[in-house]
Amino acid sequence: MAVHDESHPSSRHREPASVEEAARRRMNFSPWNLLLVLPLVGTLFPAIYNKQDPTLGGWPFFYWYQMIAIPVSVAITIIVYRATRGER
Amino acid sequence: MDDVKTTELIIFTALFGLVTVLGFVASRWRRADNLEHLDEWGLGGRNFGAWITWFLIGGDLYTAYTFVAVPALIYGAGALGFFAVPYTIVVYPMVFLVAVRLWSVSHRHGYVTPADFVRGRHGSSTLALAVALTGIVATMPYIALQLVGIQAVLKTMGVHGDGLVGDLPLIIAFLILAVYTYQSGLRAPALIAFVKDTLIYVVVIAAIIYIPGKLGGWDAIFGAAEEKFNASPPPPDGPADGLVLADPQVLGYSTLAFGSALALFIYPHSVTGLLASRSRDVIKRNMAALPAYSIVLGLLALLGYMAIAAGVTPIGADPEAGVPGDGNTVVPLLYDQMFPDWFAGIAFAAIAIGALVPAAIMSIAAANLFARNIYKEYLNRDASPEQEARVSKLTSLLVKVGAVLVILGLDPQFSIDLQLIGGVIILQTLPAIVLGLYTGWFHRWALLAGWAVGLTAGLAMLYDTPNPLRDKEHFGGPLYPLSKLGIDSDSVIYTGLIAVLANLAVVVVLSALLRTVKAPAGVDATHETDYHVEAGDPDVDTTPADLRDRREVAADVRGGVDRR
Repeated sequence: MAVHDESHPSSRHREPASVEEAARRRMNFSPWNLLLVLPLVGTLFPAIYNKQDPTLGGWPFFYWYQMIAIPVSVAITIIVYRATRGER
Repeated sequence: MDDVKTTELIIFTALFGLVTVLGFVASRWRRADNLEHLDEWGLGGRNFGAWITWFLIGGDLYTAYTFVAVPALIYGAGALGFFAVPYTIVVYPMVFLVAVRLWSVSHRHGYVTPADFVRGRHGSSTLALAVALTGIVATMPYIALQLVGIQAVLKTMGVHGDGLVGDLPLIIAFLILAVYTYQSGLRAPALIAFVKDTLIYVVVIAAIIYIPGKLGGWDAIFGAAEEKFNASPPPPDGPADGLVLADPQVLGYSTLAFGSALALFIYPHSVTGLLASRSRDVIKRNMAALPAYSIVLGLLALLGYMAIAAGVTPIGADPEAGVPGDGNTVVPLLYDQMFPDWFAGIAFAAIAIGALVPAAIMSIAAANLFARNIYKEYLNRDASPEQEARVSKLTSLLVKVGAVLVILGLDPQFSIDLQLIGGVIILQTLPAIVLGLYTGWFHRWALLAGWAVGLTAGLAMLYDTPNPLRDKEHFGGPLYPLSKLGIDSDSVIYTGLIAVLANLAVVVVLSALLRTVKAPAGVDATHETDYHVEAGDPDVDTTPADLRDRREVAADVRGGVDRR
């Protein structure tokens, strides 16, 4: 995750004429955002992972599945962030 | 006060001293010309970049109480306690889009609190008052709970005595916190959060690498836990525990995770963290980066099982007599038992400092609500920004004194009950805040009625939840049996979710009704484009000084009025 303070979000190229115009450019809902539903589906239905087997390194499935869901969810969020970034 | 662990105490005190210095130095950090303004004192200048925001919000949401209570829950109940992991997985994708809308509209209109937004969007100061009061009431016990975290480590280090002497360290710690928060505002917890989170990461990672080896590996750890759960009597005589969820718990687990996630970012202190960031972009990047804390939380939760495998018994427990003791001490005890004194001292400091950051942000958030939505709205309409800031600073002191009195005067269990209630009642502000970010269609009176219905239903259900294992007839926990709602099932469900569904039903039906009969709707001060503006857009000022100008001489901003 590249987190640095310098990349200040400004729209220097193609300067929008007004704040309303700048905002409107961001108003269209991007279908990429729908990807954000995946982490919810994957974690909010315990039926998927509420079992002990298969174990991984001694960890029951219940635990390692949910731990792995964290980086997966991060990856999805990053994809959505990158894909919707140009909308300003 | 016998058996005081000297080495641990020295390391602990030294680190505590370090953050105290930081707390005071913070008032000069990213210095503003004038702290006597809520944008400065209460929101740190509204200018935090991605890194600071990450540490600040992480320090804010993952509290000391979380760090002792989640493993304690795992220790006691097993799988159910792991709900904190899905909870903190789903929250970020859920608020990814919502949080930026709140940032934009708040930046555009100079809102400092969620209630400010509610007032602007729905045109009702009564509804704003309801939201502000709910926020304050929900936050207060949360602050008190942070003290429970500090108490747990003090106990483990052998610092506990009778009466005032025993409580003195706790009082001193909170007094110091109160003074530097008063002095430095949000900059203090933002700076201290760096130390807190670094310590927490070091301490948790060390435990995960080191302890399993000493206990014979993960197999042995989970095995010991399973053995303990199998040995305990099944419900209703014993806890519904186990390495995986029992069938009736499944719905409770997912609704608890989902409902808690819905509540998390409408807590006033989370909103404070969001609004202090510099831009929408900073928030979006943080929604991707914050789950790093969830990994730590998940690993930390498993310390509960390690404590079982290591044979830790909580302070005050008497397994023979069936006395559970203070479960919050299992993690400190585990560190005490497994690590050399100097490292245990660092771990304890991490927990205690972990209490200071959220306590500071929460008290600032509660104080801002009071200053903006009660003082300015009802007591002194012509208050200057300086007066507003002064009232907020004083309120933050009062809030912390109140938290100490609650902890000292009442059974800590009381604040745990209150926090349970807090989560349920803060959810009742969801329609006004979160749905309000998307539509102005809901009628102000309907929102108020829905809030009242949700509160009443939530409180009634919590009151009606016994916990026979802890000899409690009321407020026994956050899960409510579906059978009591007339549904033929042995499942349980998160109380807050039922309450907010009732709330929503009322809001939707009444709004339709009130719109049909043309009841006077509130005036919406916001425009759809306000929800999409970004820092750097033309006319969107980034500095608080400019915001101040906008508020005071709104009409002249375009002309570029020189403030001085």
